[in-house]
Amino acid sequence: MIAESGHYALVLALGLALVQSIVPLIGARLRDAALMNVARSTALAQLLFVGASFVALVMLHVNSDFSVANVYENSHSMKPLLYKITGVWGNHEGSMLLWVSILALFGGLVAAFGNNLPLSLRAHVLAVQAWIASAFYLFILVTSNPFLRIANPPIEGRDLNPVLQDIGLAVHPPMLYLGYVGFSISFSFAIAALMEGRIDAAWARWVRPWTLVAWIFLTLGIAMGSYWAYYELGWGGWWFWDPVENASLMPWLAGTALLHSALVMEKRNALKVWTILLSILTFSLSLLGTFLVRSGVITSVHAFATDPTRGVFILLILCLFIGGSLSLFAGRATSLKQGGLFAPISREGALVLNNLLLTVACAVVLFGTLYPLAMEMLADFKMSVGAPFYNLTFAPLFALLLLAVPFGPMLAWKRGDLLGVTQRLLAAGLAGLVAVAIAWGWASGGATLAPLAIGLGVFVIAGAVTDLVERTGLVRLPFATVLHRARGLPRSAWGTAFAHAGLGVALIGIVCETTWNSEYIATMKQNEVAHIAGYDVKLDGLFQRQGPNYREMIAEFNVSRDGETLSVMTPSKRSFTTRGSSTTEAALLTRGASQLYISLGDATAEGAIAVRIYHKPLVLLIWWGPVLMAFGGVLSLSDRRLRVGAPKPARAKQRLQPAE
Amino acid sequence: MTRKQRRMTIIGGSLAVLALAAALVLNALRDSIVFFSTPTMVAEKHVAPGKRFRLGGLVQPGSLQRGDNLAVTFEVADGGAKLPVAYKGILPDLFREGQGVVAEGALDANGVFRADTVLAKHDETYMPKDVADALKKQGHWKDDYGAQASGGAAPAATTAQGNSQGAVR
Repeated sequence: MIAESGHYALVLALGLALVQSIVPLIGARLRDAALMNVARSTALAQLLFVGASFVALVMLHVNSDFSVANVYENSHSMKPLLYKITGVWGNHEGSMLLWVSILALFGGLVAAFGNNLPLSLRAHVLAVQAWIASAFYLFILVTSNPFLRIANPPIEGRDLNPVLQDIGLAVHPPMLYLGYVGFSISFSFAIAALMEGRIDAAWARWVRPWTLVAWIFLTLGIAMGSYWAYYELGWGGWWFWDPVENASLMPWLAGTALLHSALVMEKRNALKVWTILLSILTFSLSLLGTFLVRSGVITSVHAFATDPTRGVFILLILCLFIGGSLSLFAGRATSLKQGGLFAPISREGALVLNNLLLTVACAVVLFGTLYPLAMEMLADFKMSVGAPFYNLTFAPLFALLLLAVPFGPMLAWKRGDLLGVTQRLLAAGLAGLVAVAIAWGWASGGATLAPLAIGLGVFVIAGAVTDLVERTGLVRLPFATVLHRARGLPRSAWGTAFAHAGLGVALIGIVCETTWNSEYIATMKQNEVAHIAGYDVKLDGLFQRQGPNYREMIAEFNVSRDGETLSVMTPSKRSFTTRGSSTTEAALLTRGASQLYISLGDATAEGAIAVRIYHKPLVLLIWWGPVLMAFGGVLSLSDRRLRVGAPKPARAKQRLQPAE
Repeated sequence: MTRKQRRMTIIGGSLAVLALAAALVLNALRDSIVFFSTPTMVAEKHVAPGKRFRLGGLVQPGSLQRGDNLAVTFEVADGGAKLPVAYKGILPDLFREGQGVVAEGALDANGVFRADTVLAKHDETYMPKDVADALKKQGHWKDDYGAQASGGAAPAATTAQGNSQGAVR
């Protein structure tokens, strides 16, 4: 019954989405408020039905109803409750259902909180949302129905892929989807603006918070995925330049560019056409990511099952939306009036440079992702484009970008004074140089690029701090005034500083981990001691343990430094009987921002075991950086101007503006 | 500065960044791309020692030998030819004789493939796509691989890293 209800709710949601696709547009054409308001109620009802459908699938998984194919293939009655729930999206069908649920959630949020939007804009936005939703409901119902029954229900399920039985699955996919799908809102706003042929600064003010929300989740989602891969796959890698990772990085790059160009549009009414194009491109890249991951074009952890019909269906959706929106853009973009002049050296100019470098970096990643696929199809030979390619292309572009980051927020709008800004950034530059010198001396030769990169990271952080110091008048003004000014500073200024500093923090982490990472790989017997980076790691013994749906072999290590015992680390190797596969559970010991990492290999007949021990200096900074960025995003989101919403008609605005 | 000049500055700047990116990509394409080969292709093409590539095929049953200190040697075969592979480090969880494998590295002077990375998949029924395609092309594909491969959902990649590469990747 539950499966059928869930299926039925999904069909109803499709029906509602179809109504929402058409009726509001007719209403907008006829200027009929009642018809336009249909969008609001259908969007909310749609959310309700998809939500019901999703809850139904969760219940099926929790109840271990193996008469449903999706549950049979991905669940097991002995699986812990958490993984029964997260297992819902640990497979193709369920993850697509999560995708549309989040799409409906965003549509519902626009419907519920978009009361200050002009009626026709809201109608258009929700109609475009419904087009996307309809396409994906159809996709699910036609090619990947999660509610299919099995004629002869088996008594036990095939269990979830052991690698996915981790808390990471509870966090990473929902976060990532909130990001991916969140960009559908800016896409819908862009299409609505093109259809209406009207766009102004207020439009940018409405779009920015939505983009920011999506960006925050995407940032956290990518960081979480990276950390998960780091501790789960057992060899301490945190980024693989795998096509699937690139698929999430590309919308992030384009989305970051969009955040910055929307700022120019909001404040200065310039870069309109570009902002619209970026909105379209960002969501197109999200769709491309969905296609790459879901179609089975590439094989990876994320490609659950390959089925050609699904690939073709998503490719059709992709072509329809990207082709359609770009044609609409080509036809309508020229009608948007360009406004807001600015000199090349200005805040706007800096943001244009930011956009330029981000989109070009994004294009490089796109090239690296698609080139092997294209060559395989056209020239019939196989190759892989990996880290060396991106180190030579993506890294220099990003280094240029980071070099420019501290200058951006300090330049004035319209016409900036580069020399003045350089003088004010002198202290930050010096801090960077000192960092280079220290890193150089400490590493005593070795890699030449690493100290420079660390200096760059320090420069970015110091630049962000300088900006705050300048704005609050720290050092040159009395402390009480500084405090007052700090409180009066817009939250978005704090947000900018945190997000930019996060970049520097992540860069330092990346450089330290890749350059000064040390490792010890060998077979160890009981009571044998490994020496790594000043730590003594002693193997105390091996134990067997029975878990809920696996058996595990635990190795106990005693970690000490200078004779003083620090901790006991227990990495393990789990073998899952149902799938006949095993996973390696690494043990981590955090010391400040650095980590000691132990993972196990095979045990030999003589009772020895192969181990991998890594010391990863400052590795945690790699993920603290994105967390800082996301925190900056949250601060920026709480900025007064976004909370208050878009300006009401001019008369009211004049009176409300604070005296400066 | 007139409006036109401003526009030209921006367009000029964009072109400069694009040209830079294109130059970087072309430069990177010259030597950072790794091609995929099977033992047969290696035998036919006479790959030069030291040139990095990815070797794919089946682990020859009975060829796996473990030496001291995690050194392993095995042979990769594709029905047409065999190639000895040497690797030092921990093999992936589901590395088995008779199963598909992809290794990255280069040939040494003696014609032994020195792998620094061995890729295998977590699902025991899994056959790496590159290997499956190459075997199909050479007519050594057995249908039961396909049946096995489609039966196993959610293959998950694991990578075993050799000593020399762990820090780089």
